[in-house]
Order: sequence, then structure tokens, then C-alpha cells
Amino acid sequence: MSFEEVKNTVKKIYEQVKSENLEERDNLINILHAIQEHYGNYIPLEAAEVLKELTGRPLSEIYEVLTFYTMFSTDKRGKYIIRVCKSLPCHVTGGAAVLKSLKDVLGIDYGQTTEDGLFTLEESSCLGLCGVSPVMLINDEAYGNLTPEKVRKIIEEIKEKERSGVK
Amino acid sequence: MPAVENTIVICAGGACISAGEISVKESLESTLKEYALDEVVQVVETGCMGACDLGPIMVIYPEGIFYQKLNSENVKKIVEEHLLKGRVVKEFLYTGPAGEVKEKPQEELPFFKKQVKIATRNLGVVDPLSIEEYIARDGYFALTKVIKELSPDKVIEELKKSGLRGRGGAGFPTGLKWEFAKKAESNVKYVICNADEGDPGAFMDRAILEGDPHTVVEAMTIAAYTIGATKGFIYVRAEYPLAIERFSHALETAREYGFLGNNILGTDFSFDIEVRIGAGAFVCGEETALINSIEGKRGIPRVKPPYPAQKGLWNKPTLINNVETYANIPPIILHGGDWFSQFGVEGSRGTKVFALAGKVNNTGLVEVPMGITLRELIYEIGGGVPGGKKLKAVQTGGPSGGCIPEKHIDTPITYDTLKELGTIIGSGGMIVMDEDDCMVDVAKFFLEFTVEESCGQCTPCRDGTKRMLEILERITDGEGTEEDLEKLKELGEHIMKTSLCGLGQTAPQPVLSTMRYFWDEYEAHVKEKRCPAKKCKELTRIVIDKEKCVGCTACARVCPVDAISGSVRNPHEIDSEICTRCGSCLEVCRFGAISKVSP
Repeated sequence: MSFEEVKNTVKKIYEQVKSENLEERDNLINILHAIQEHYGNYIPLEAAEVLKELTGRPLSEIYEVLTFYTMFSTDKRGKYIIRVCKSLPCHVTGGAAVLKSLKDVLGIDYGQTTEDGLFTLEESSCLGLCGVSPVMLINDEAYGNLTPEKVRKIIEEIKEKERSGVK
Repeated sequence: MPAVENTIVICAGGACISAGEISVKESLESTLKEYALDEVVQVVETGCMGACDLGPIMVIYPEGIFYQKLNSENVKKIVEEHLLKGRVVKEFLYTGPAGEVKEKPQEELPFFKKQVKIATRNLGVVDPLSIEEYIARDGYFALTKVIKELSPDKVIEELKKSGLRGRGGAGFPTGLKWEFAKKAESNVKYVICNADEGDPGAFMDRAILEGDPHTVVEAMTIAAYTIGATKGFIYVRAEYPLAIERFSHALETAREYGFLGNNILGTDFSFDIEVRIGAGAFVCGEETALINSIEGKRGIPRVKPPYPAQKGLWNKPTLINNVETYANIPPIILHGGDWFSQFGVEGSRGTKVFALAGKVNNTGLVEVPMGITLRELIYEIGGGVPGGKKLKAVQTGGPSGGCIPEKHIDTPITYDTLKELGTIIGSGGMIVMDEDDCMVDVAKFFLEFTVEESCGQCTPCRDGTKRMLEILERITDGEGTEEDLEKLKELGEHIMKTSLCGLGQTAPQPVLSTMRYFWDEYEAHVKEKRCPAKKCKELTRIVIDKEKCVGCTACARVCPVDAISGSVRNPHEIDSEICTRCGSCLEVCRFGAISKVSP
């Protein structure tokens, strides 16, 4: 991916987000969300350079926003981001065993991506689904009442789906 | 077109969806089609019905039969039996702890009956995607009343009369806050809804946004009219995609109907709301950090004063309330402040939504009058602790709160009584813990959270909580000293006094509160190197009683780390070096031969 490509893409997204919002001063976080979605779960560092030009804000300021929020990543992440809730309700209802089985079945630790580029494992603050704890979020979909077996099944199903090429 | 004979209301709250609601709904609809019932049976998805542990849930009207724990298979049977043959399918009805079967638990169980629903009045009743259904439940009547009949001062007067206090945690009187924002002089003012619900164990704001988004749109518009704002923002966590989707949809339809946008209800009052999405930072729940984040900056708190009512978003006067607070506004306007204040007790008026989670039979959301006791909440409404275990404590207020030990469960829940007990109501999360939970471990757990979520701006919070966590780790690893306990307390008190924002000022609470009530547990960890709840890994071992073990190999097969050895029909043994204390073997042993010991 060349700097030119990032420049053009970011510029397009910037104009798009700008046209959607009534307020103009504040859209950096929205733009970063859109860039991340475009590149599939990460933001290339070059984007910060481009945004500096477009917004007129200092690079340091853009970079600090980009790195402050845990949902933004400058590293390439998997197609499926698994966010495991690590809050107390999940902890007291068996979250540790669920997490362990996830790590086992994926063969990765927090912050890592599987070799096939499919999964990235992250921890999340409370997902607000405490009634069905333990819980995890895979991209935008939530899974509740987890057990080590259920976790294995969910991951297997996604892998199977990917193998058979279903989108 | 034939008349509708049955309406099936299916809960599409976040918890039910994660428990499989979508496949249930799809199966239900295809089965209805198969039997050509799809024109006479209407399926409606609503917001959260509250009883998350029973999900996925649906209720068949006109009878009101309540089916629970559904899946794509059993819903077919319900169509065939209930709808085609008129026979209630007993096996999928609610079954109580004593085996009693109830067709309409929503009318019989204390979990539903003891509730007084104001903020959550429409949850599980209306289709969140339908503005018509919201209007049919008196939706936007309060806005109409305010614009046509009430002066801003009258709105504030009613709010003051109601005694409503902020439901986000700090409990500041809402009427007063609105008055400050109204009195602030500026030609530009903002209204913000704080939907960055981050306290672990609290999920009422999520449920309201997902189940009744229009109530928040209406209340924010009332707020704008009252204080003189033309622009509003709602800041929602990125972790709540469904809430974002449904709220955005509500904004669109409200604009179409003329409740939002230019010239609302044909008057010269104009107001619009934009959605801002967070990006995973707990600290953004703090109002000034949230404002910074909306401005497109790092979400770090500002020094207060000035308060947002004077200098908020882009330094303009800003009114900021949380979701649940807003949800109370339309009913207060419609029925009056006096009506609202009849619920609850002195100093804590109205109702509060609590989220029951952890070791309690009925998990979910309940809205009850303030002043209810913890005993009623946990035992009558919550159905007690599962597995006949003993209640140990309830954690309230998340990482900013503390715990209430079992001996205080008859205390009425109010802002003031909880303060006396060393905790807060916070946003209403109640995490129930039983005898198997170690309070030092719980305190450590919250500190891990705080250390990770500290924004790093001020030293007491950034470094102080880290040092506290190190001490706690030493204690749970069996390396703590008595001096550590003193240090922990002293450090906690300093952090509370010197941190910049509310989060830092309350971060040591879970530690100090557990030290206050469970000092003996801390001492056991330090002096005897023992974890009384047998939870702390380094202080606990799992052992097999050779006398009781029959050598069935069940434990060895289930052990994820192969720590158990032994041959068939001979007693087995656990290698403590390999064992991770996951407890899987404990669950499968049918001979009671496996137990935890400490030390």
C-alpha cells in the first residue's frame, strides 16, 4: 500500500464524513472510525500525516487521539476481532475458564492475531450484557452464556464458514 | 387482509440476542409461514424485558403466555401446539426453583410484580423501531405539553419538585442542573446525553437506548427547549452497536414527524441531535472527558470548576445528563413532580433501575422505588443466590463504589445510606457475590480495571493505583506483609484526596471498602498465607481424596492441562505444579472426592 493510496482514501473518507456531519470542528474520531472500517480493523500510520494536512491540526494531536482509544489500532488486525469482557460479573460467573479455552483454541494471547489473519483477541471493558455473562463480542455480534465448549464451537463455526468461502 | 388473532412479542434486547433471539425469530417466522399463519399472527420485536437469565423470551397475546429459554427448535413446537391446537406447551414455560410451573410469570413473580416502571416503562412493550408505538404510549405528549403550555421555568420547577437526582453516579439534583444551564448567559448552548455507560455490571442505559430510544430523543428536546439550546449530542460507547443503530433510527423518524429538526411542532423552536461514538475509553464516562472526546480530542477530564453548565462543549454552557435520567423526564412532565416524588424516600425520590448480575438467580434489569432493601432486591426479586450458597456481599457502583456485606442487607437503598456504608448507588449495577468469592481478589480485580483505564493525566491515579495493585498482587500471591496492609490503606486515602477527577477520587473505594468489612480475609492472606474463599490460585490447591476416589477417570479426561494422573479403578492424583485451579474436575466428580484446600 503506497502513501498515495492512503492519501487518496483518507481524503475521500474525510470529505464524506465532513459532508455527513452538521458540526465540522469535532469529527476526528468519526473519521478515524471510518478509516479503520475501510482498512478492515486498523488505521495505517500514514493516515495521521494525511489528516494533519486536511485538518490543519498538529501531527502530535492526531497521533495522541489515535493511540489514546483502545478501539483504534495502528497494527493490522484479524478479520474477526474478539473482545472478551473482563468485568467482574463475567469474572464471577466463569469468565477465566472461557478466556482460557479461547486462548487455547486460537493459540494466541491478548493483543495477538492468528497466523491465518482471521482472529485478533482483545479484552474489553463491560459489554453491558451481564445478565448472560460470561460474554464476548465478535466484531459487532455478542455471544452470551459462554462455556469453554460453547466458545470452541463458535470459533469452529466461523472457521468452517471461512473455509467454505461463505461471506 | 384477515384480522390479526395473535401477537407474539419477542424480546430483542441485547442479552436475548446474544442468547440466540435472531435464530428463534427466523424459525418462528418460517414456521408461521409454513402453516399459513403469517397473516393472522403478528411478530413484534421489543426492547429488553428485563429477565435476562430466561432469554430468549417471547409472550403470546391475547392470553399473555410467557415462553422462555427458546431456541429455533422448540419455537416450532410452540407454533404447532399453542397456535394451531390451542394447547399451552408446558415444558417451555417458566419453572421456578421449587419446580412450580407458571404460565404468566410476568403477572405472578415478585421479579416483575414488585417493579415500578417509570424510566423503563416502554421496555418490552413497544417496538423500538416504531415511533407510532411510542406515540401510542403517550410518547412526545410531554414535549408537546412543554412547547405549548409550559414555560422553561415551570419545567425546572416540576423537576425540582420531583426530587430527581442524576442517575449516572454522582446523584446531583437534576432540576438544579437544568436551572444552572438555563441561567448561564450565551447565545450558543448544548445538550448532551451521556451514554458512555462503562461501570462493569450496569446495563440499564444500554437497554433503554435499545428498547425505547424515543424517550431519550424526547427528553433531550425538552431539555433543549428549557435551557435554550439548539444543538444536542449523544455520546454512545462503541461497544453498544445495537444501541447506536436503534437510536440513529429514532432520530430519523423523529425528524420525519417534526419532533426534531427545524421548527419543531410548527413553532420557531429548532433543535437537532447528532450521534458521537466512543472508541473504548472508560474515562469518557466522566462528563468533562466526554466533552473533550466529542471535541475530537483525547478523553481526559478537565479541572472543575468551571462546571459544564458554565463552560462545557467548546466552552459554551452545556447540560449533560445520562440516559436513565433523561428517560424519567417525559413521565415527570406529564404527571407532575409531585407524582414522581411519591415514590421513594426523603432525599432519594422516584425509582431506580438496578442491574442484577453475578451470583443471583434472576439476573437482569429491575426498576424499583428508592428505599427498597437489599434483601428484597436480592432475595424476593432476584430469587436468591444459586446453588444454595451463602450470600457474601454485593458490589455497588462499579469501580467507583464499594461492597455491602451480608450483615447490612436490611439497609434501605438510598443515596445517603449507601454513602454511610462506604459505597454509592452509582449507575445501579449490583454484582452479587457468594461464599466462593474472595474479597481481596475482587478488590484486585477492580484495581486492574482502574490501572488500565486511568487516562494518565494526574499522578495519584496513574501511579498510585498501580502501586496499590502491586501490593494487592503480593497479597494474593501469598507474599504480602502486615506493613503492606497499612501502606495499601494510606495510599488509597491519598489517591482519594489528590486525584483530579471523580474516577481517580473513587478508584481506591473497592479496596478500602473490602478492607473495612473483610479485614479478616486480608489478614488471613497476609498472616496465615491462606485464602478463606479458596479462590486465590497461589494460596489454594485442588486435591483428590484417595479414600473416596474410585478411579472413574472423569476428572483426568476433563482436565485441560493434563495435571491429573492415575489408572482406571485406581485413585487419581493432581500435580499441583501443573494444575491451573480451573475447577473443571470438581464439577465432574460424582463421588465428592475432589476438593479445594487452603493452604
